[in-house]
Parts: sequence; C-alpha cells; structure tokens
Amino acid sequence: MSAPTLPLDSAAVTAKEDSTPVIVFEDVALAFDDNEVLRGVSFHLPRGDTKAVFGVAGSGKSLILKLALGLIRPDSGRIQVLGQDVTKMPEKELFQLRGRIGMVFQESALFDSLTVRENVAYRLMEEHGIYDEDIDRRVREALRFVELEHTLDLDPSELSGGMRRRVAIARAIITQPELLLYDSPTGGLDPVTSNTIIELIVKQRDVYKTSALMVTHRLQDAFTMATHQFDKQANRMVLLPPGQHCEVPMSFLILRDGKVIFDGDLHQLAHSEDEYIQEYIS
Amino acid sequence: MELTSPTYLAKVKVQTVQDYVLFCLQAVANLFRKPLYFVDMVRQADTIGVGSLPIVVLTGFFTGAVLALQASNTLERFGSITLVGQLVSTSMVRELGPVLTSLMVAGRNSSGMASELGSMVVTEQIDAMRALGTDPMKKLVTPRVVATVFMLFFLAIISDLVGLVGGLAIAKLLLRLDARQYWSNAWETLVFQDVFMGLIKPVIFGFIIATIGCFYGMNARGGTQGVGRATTQAMVAASVLILAMDLFVTRFLMATLSYR
Repeated sequence: MSAPTLPLDSAAVTAKEDSTPVIVFEDVALAFDDNEVLRGVSFHLPRGDTKAVFGVAGSGKSLILKLALGLIRPDSGRIQVLGQDVTKMPEKELFQLRGRIGMVFQESALFDSLTVRENVAYRLMEEHGIYDEDIDRRVREALRFVELEHTLDLDPSELSGGMRRRVAIARAIITQPELLLYDSPTGGLDPVTSNTIIELIVKQRDVYKTSALMVTHRLQDAFTMATHQFDKQANRMVLLPPGQHCEVPMSFLILRDGKVIFDGDLHQLAHSEDEYIQEYIS
Repeated sequence: MELTSPTYLAKVKVQTVQDYVLFCLQAVANLFRKPLYFVDMVRQADTIGVGSLPIVVLTGFFTGAVLALQASNTLERFGSITLVGQLVSTSMVRELGPVLTSLMVAGRNSSGMASELGSMVVTEQIDAMRALGTDPMKKLVTPRVVATVFMLFFLAIISDLVGLVGGLAIAKLLLRLDARQYWSNAWETLVFQDVFMGLIKPVIFGFIIATIGCFYGMNARGGTQGVGRATTQAMVAASVLILAMDLFVTRFLMATLSYR
C-alpha cells in the first residue's frame, strides 16, 4: 500500500506534545428506561495511544463513542475529551469541539445524496463555504491515503462496503483531527478488506500519531494492531518481534455487564487470570 | 396484548406536543443565527415548489372546473347562472386554492421530508452530520421550512389562477357563458379580505407541512419500519392539522378583518 503524505496540521502537532489524556471517563452511567447499559465506566486514553474496546453485543461499546462525541449525555459521571468536559457542554460548543475529532461510523454513514468528493470535503466545505482548489487538493490527498482517488465522482451507493468504510476514514481524517473514533471499522467485511482498513488505522496511528478509540468485536484486528507497526520506508504494515510489542501505543478495554473488567496492554491481556477474559480471548 | 395506562398515554401525547413546539421554535430561531444555508434553501425551493407544480396545476384546474359545474346546477334554478365566475373566484381564492394546494403539497412533501430525514436518522447520517460539526436543525430543517412557506405562497396563487381557468373552461364550453363576463364577475367580486385570507393561509399551512414532516423524520426510530411509520404519521398529521387550522384561521380572520 502506498503512503502518500497528508499534511499535518501544526496545531495538531503541538497538541500531540501535550501529555494530558485525550479522553477521560469517570464513573459514567447510562440507562435507557429500565435497561442500565453502562454502570460506572472509568478509563482514560493517553495522547497518541489507540485503545480497542471489546464487549459482547449490547454491552454499550458504541455508546462510549457517542458519549465521547457528546451525541448523547450520560445519566451520571464525567467525560473529558481533549481537556474539555463534554458532560454538560452546550451543543453549540460541542460543534466546535467535534471539529477536532474524527468519527468513522459502523455503517460508514456517508451522506447518500452527496458524491464521494462532497462527502470527504463536507467538513471543509462547511468551514469555507465554497469548493476551491485547496479543498480539492486535500480531498484528493485524503482519498489517495485510502487508495480511492478514482472514486471522486461516484455516489456512495456505487461503492462496496469496504470502499465506503475507506471513504468514511478519508472523511474523518481530512482535517487531521487530534482524536479518531472508530465504530466497528471492519464489521461485516471480508478478511482482505478488513486487513486494508486495519493497515490504514495503523498508518494513521504510527505516521500521524493520532489518538484513537476503536470499538470492535474482532480480536484478531486488535491483535494485528498491537503486534504491527507501519513502516514508512516500506509503505506497509510490518510485524514486530515479540519483545517489541510493548512499544506499540495500543491498549485494550473490555466491557462486561456495563462495567470495565479489563484495561491494559497486550501483555497484561495475554496474562490475565480472569476466567471470562481468558475465555474471551481464546 | 399489554394495556397502556391512559395517564401514560396522555403524558406521551403532551410530551410530543411540547417537543413539537420546541422544534418549531428552534427552526425559526435558526433563521437569525449563522450560517443560513441559502443554497440549501434554493435547492429545497426547487424540489418542493417546482416539483409540486404539476400536481398543483392539475388539482387547481379540476377543482375550479367541478366547482363551476356544481354551482351552475344550483344557480340555474335561480336564474343566476352568470354568477358562476363570482362563486368560483371567491371559493378558490378564499378556501379551496390554499387548502387543496396545501393538502397536495403535504401529501407529496411532508411524507417526503419524513422519509428522507427518517432514513438519515436510522442510517446514522444525522449523527455523522453532528459529528462533523454541523447542526442538522440548521442544515436540514430550517431550509425546508423557509422553502415550503415561500413556495406554497406562490403555488396557492398559481392554483387560484388555474382554478379560475378551469371554471372558465366549463363556463365557456358547457354553460355557453361569455368569457369576458365570467372574468369581470370573478375579478370584481374579490375584495382585500378575500385576497388577504387566501394569501395568509398558505404561509401558515406551509409552516405546518415542513415542521410536521421534519419533526416526524427527525424522531423516526426503529429501522425501515420506523421510517415507514414516520412517513404515514407525518402525512396524516399534516393533513389533519391543515384542515383544523383552516377552520380557526378562517374564523379568526373573519372576526378581525370586519368581513362582509
């Protein structure tokens, strides 16, 4: 896979030097009617790290992403994103904060009335109003990053599931956000396409040092991310020797019954004595 | 089958009305906050206004024609068949033009808005829009409300005119009346109050059509089935509200405009 350069925003570079966590969840609870989905979830995501969130279906994994974006509010607890408390933040201020965050939705959520070009350019168009040369250059760069430059004028309905997911990634990274949220980016995809998506996520993590929270139910994807690193010279993801796995900025979070039962790196996960976790990873 | 308590049902209904009122207020308040999404307004005006033109023209023509036909039967008994133009004109301008145009536009656009926005909700496109830093109320709802109110105003005028032409066709071809007499009758009978009533109604009905369609769309839940439900509910609610509001607006205007 080629690795075209995507210009790094200077503000983003400066922000990455900051050592405060990009996401902090403190005792967050959320219920829908009588159904308590999250019951005191606490964790933090250090800057530059990628955290994979696991749990059985309905355990509230995707809700964590929506809570972090401020799309829904928790019943109790506190959520800090990029140093700001989103728990009680007015929607108007949330729109500004969301400008620093990129999100890839489970089913891509591309706007079906817009072309690929317009989808990827959406955020820039909203900021600048007109589609100029600079926006066109950035759209092409973002699409080149996901190897879909030739789809510029296609409609989302003309793309395959994997291509839609890659366009969604291009849309999320076009402004080089400080934080990326992935909601099951490989869900429902074949192994080859899944690997392409994972490689893109690893590239974003290792080349641009973007912090990320990734919800997934595919352990193998997270293990690939924890054992590989993107080699800029070779333009591909390479497997690291076992001794170097700890150097990868990757951690795991497992939810069960609305609570965090594991939060640690690959080594800790592999050596966990919790029966549920052992069964889960086996 | 599980029975629902009447108190709970009443609370849900009151809550829905409250949500709808807040929704309307927000849609209007967005007009005074940047960005305004003028391009989206023009695009919606084209879809809603120009797109509805054929059905509005057809509805107006046949309504005017049948009105002339029905009126002729009664007027003939009193030897006043020449007053057909007068009757068609007042009925179309005051009542049938705005109401029927609104009902047709509601059928076409209120349900269209509900299904379009509902699909966006269930496919997470609305969430994606919010995640990309755009307020969906500003981007999707306010332009639709402005476009519908603006275009329905002109559609109602077109419908009135085409209705008069429909009446003329019957008057000339079937009733053998003089066209000039028909027009002068139709024109001279109209007073300011008639025209005012005929022009204020589409503005109110346009607001109802767009806000109801968008409200049901934005609150669609439960996948494709939910979108289908929202579409039907939007059309029914908009039609009923138009007819109910028509009664109140007519009564109010008749009382305040010192109607003859």
